[in-house]
Amino acid sequence: MNSEAVHAGSHGGDGGSEHFEPKILVFCCNWCSYAGADLAGVSRLQMPPYFRTIRVMCSARVDPEFVIRAFEKGADGVLVAGCHPADCHYIGGNYRTRRRMALMKMLIQQFGFDPDRLRLEWVSAGEGEKFQKTIIEFTNTVKEMGPTPYKGGV
Amino acid sequence: MAEKIKIAQYWGAGCGGCDVALLDIDAKILDVHAIADVVFWPIGFDGKLKDIESMPDKSITVSFYNGAIRNSENEHIAKLLRQKSVVMIAFGSCACYGGTPGLANVTNKKEIFETVYKKTQSTDNPEFVTPQAHLKVKEGELELPEFWDTVKTLDQVVDVDYFMPGCPPTVNLIAMAVDAVANYVTKGTPLPPKGAVIASDKTLCDECKRERVEKGRRIEKIYQAYEITPDPKKCLLDQGIICIGPATRAGCGAMCPNAQMPCRGCMGPTRGVTDQGSSMLSALSSLLNITDSESKMSEEQIMTLMTQVKDPLGTFYAFSLPKSPLRRTVTERGKRKVS
Ligand code: SF4
Ligand code: SF4
Ligand code: SF4
Ligand code: FES
Repeated sequence: MNSEAVHAGSHGGDGGSEHFEPKILVFCCNWCSYAGADLAGVSRLQMPPYFRTIRVMCSARVDPEFVIRAFEKGADGVLVAGCHPADCHYIGGNYRTRRRMALMKMLIQQFGFDPDRLRLEWVSAGEGEKFQKTIIEFTNTVKEMGPTPYKGGV
Repeated sequence: MAEKIKIAQYWGAGCGGCDVALLDIDAKILDVHAIADVVFWPIGFDGKLKDIESMPDKSITVSFYNGAIRNSENEHIAKLLRQKSVVMIAFGSCACYGGTPGLANVTNKKEIFETVYKKTQSTDNPEFVTPQAHLKVKEGELELPEFWDTVKTLDQVVDVDYFMPGCPPTVNLIAMAVDAVANYVTKGTPLPPKGAVIASDKTLCDECKRERVEKGRRIEKIYQAYEITPDPKKCLLDQGIICIGPATRAGCGAMCPNAQMPCRGCMGPTRGVTDQGSSMLSALSSLLNITDSESKMSEEQIMTLMTQVKDPLGTFYAFSLPKSPLRRTVTERGKRKVS
């Protein structure tokens, strides 16, 4: 898929924001957001290349443990994208997702992370531009926050 | 009769409850006595570390290690007992998952020392004297264990053969373990496979007798356990009290729900799950009510709904923080203010 990250992000040695290439993980649901991401790709919309996409059948497939694991593996930011309310292919998957992600934000904040390292966004199959905008914004937010504070749990 | 086997029991960062639990097996303690000599048990009798150090490797059949690992002495003895024992058992939730002491992973040594040796109401310590690992006095050098920032589980420090969760493990589970060891020693019955958790493979809800709503489970509002008197027959979670049962391994007989209290998860995650906290977070979020006007709700409204859960980390990881993938809290370094 075109919009998939081509460069492996890596942290600048000094953590200075100019050299900081964040690692951003994006979960896209199969029915809306992945198609939206694909549209952004085929439309050649320009986006910072620091994200990698994982396709899941529904945003509700994003088990909270996936998010925790992403941060454990060194992600600087995690974006979960799903169908707009009322549009989920599985009727109410995204309603579960939004409850979980709200709670996950509270949780990762208690873990000491800036809660904005986790973001939920609704992107439909036709919203290539919204996908692009979301990626640009989120990348900027993550760059502003700097590298993940996680250092292997020690 | 054959020569008795040797067993050891040690407490790391624990409360002593696990040591007492071993005595709760009543008459079964005689089975232990029939086959074993206790060579080391600091809470029970005076034993010297150097006696253990001088024993040949693998000369202790079973070591029961309770408590988490939070200082250099806990680690040293864990390593020593591992070296001297054939079977190393993580006994109790602290050893298995970090347990209650593991919640210290939301803070660090500096903050803990400041609270304990300075800020508490009953402390008068103007010069902020704190324990030092090494101190030279004219008689020589004094040594104390080094206190760490991060609490660890036993298996993060040494190789562990079996896990016995529970805070403390129940009499039934201890009896199961004693029988397994006794049968191994007297009849040669093989021990359980390495890494086994001596408990049930089911979920706590499976052994809880409370009635659950089977279809369309939904909760309207979350209550703290003290806010309502729950119906004694119905599932506590269905009544809005956060019960960690769905994310907890069975084996205790659902003791707490039986006593009108929600489960707090001391048996640790269910089989196949590593992160008990996010597993419970997931189960709970799926239960919170979805209404017809859902599609018009903003993310802010959803956030308000979810803030009914007061302390997600403390609630979902009450016993398992050091064993969770993240293990401890972090500190953002950036200039950006955490909102
Ligand atoms: S598991 Fe519970 S009873 Fe055992 S030492 Fe830890 S806190 Fe005490
Ligand atoms: S959630 Fe708690 S009260 Fe309900 S069935 Fe499970 S263990 Fe029992
Ligand atoms: S009900 Fe839960 S908290 Fe209570 S003993 Fe059983 S596992 Fe532990
Ligand atoms: S299928 Fe897109 S959120 Fe459920």
